[in-house]
Amino acid sequence: MTEATPGQTVGPFFHHALAFPGDSELVPFGSAGSVVLHGYVYDGAGDPVPDALIEIRQADAAGVVPSTGGSLRRRGARFTGWGRCCTDGAGHYWFSTVEPGLPFFAVTVFARGLLDRLFTRIYLPGASGAVDGLVAAREDDGRLRFDIHLQGPSETVFFKFPRT
Amino acid sequence: MTTSQHEISDEIAKIQADTPTGAPLLDFAPYRSTRLRHPTKEFQQVDPEGAELLAPVFGHSDVAAAESDLTIGRGGEPIGERIRVHGRVLDGDGRPVRRQLVEIWQANAAGRYSHQGDQHPAPLDPHFTGVGRCLTDDDGWYSFTSIKPGPYPWRNHHNAWRPAHIHFSLFGTDFTQRLITQMYFPGDQLLALDPIAQSITDPAALSRLIATYDHSRSEHEWLLGYRWDIVLTGSHATYLEPSDD
Ligand SMILES: [Fe+2]
Repeated sequence: MTEATPGQTVGPFFHHALAFPGDSELVPFGSAGSVVLHGYVYDGAGDPVPDALIEIRQADAAGVVPSTGGSLRRRGARFTGWGRCCTDGAGHYWFSTVEPGLPFFAVTVFARGLLDRLFTRIYLPGASGAVDGLVAAREDDGRLRFDIHLQGPSETVFFKFPRT
Repeated sequence: MTTSQHEISDEIAKIQADTPTGAPLLDFAPYRSTRLRHPTKEFQQVDPEGAELLAPVFGHSDVAAAESDLTIGRGGEPIGERIRVHGRVLDGDGRPVRRQLVEIWQANAAGRYSHQGDQHPAPLDPHFTGVGRCLTDDDGWYSFTSIKPGPYPWRNHHNAWRPAHIHFSLFGTDFTQRLITQMYFPGDQLLALDPIAQSITDPAALSRLIATYDHSRSEHEWLLGYRWDIVLTGSHATYLEPSDD
């Protein structure tokens, strides 16, 4: 196996390059069958991280992981199962999407001050076989809430895969 | 803020003597902003499944060919040394990553980003945003035409300067191969002083982030060529044994 190219921090100046219109709307906000997945990213002091980047990858409602282009030009494209959101000044991220037919959203986390990407999962409430601590909460208004703690007593469970 | 480069370099040298690693150390105090942003728990080992085994797919409806040339489309020629950066994206088994998205962003020749958060008092270039995209071809090759970015100061310590670099964002065929990194230029004296680059404490691994000058890609009276190949981690989709359940 060839040695992998190391990662580096996304730095502070990525928004104008990586954000794009509709990046966090895998389906249009408010459309029939849509759900909002959202939360806050916190550092080890419990302060919000306003310069993080969250990406999700997921199956569609029927459990099929799409291999469809068009994520960067959402309008008129089919559901692509991939989205991206830069956190705002309050450390908040959100996606408008559908609840996947497979039990979790795959998640990558990038931030200034974070030297390499982190992997985690967000499971749907009630999912069987969920990893402890990685289950989204259903809020009263129907939104799914999952906060990401980079460090500290509530530190999120992050993953290592066999080949990462 | 009063820490000197000398003190930072000492800190770096001590850590490097203890822990040479091929991936950046997330807990790397010389880069001050890591202090509250690095996880402290062991990563949990999991086998990827479902959406983790399939990267997002991008196509020509996502990326226009002109997006790989950062020197055009802004109403005039940007200031600076015109360059072409090209190379191949391979997976951990040496296979080309075909028709996949590559995104880049960088400072202009003066070391200033066209990002509203960049307060470095160097001039903005009205003809340069420093943002590009392309798709790799059927053999995994990518190519960008741009301007050589300038080094820029940051506030990690007193008189701290980032070496010239281009930020790269890459996808493989698995979601687990996702990579964001930075490409550096050969011979840059700032590399040895830089806590972000030096967080990769194994020099051989850090050298994989440094492009080589490629005279075969320089163009007569036009631009200078650089070659930088990228190797992602291995794909799991063709590697994991099928599970019993
Ligand atoms: Fe940068």
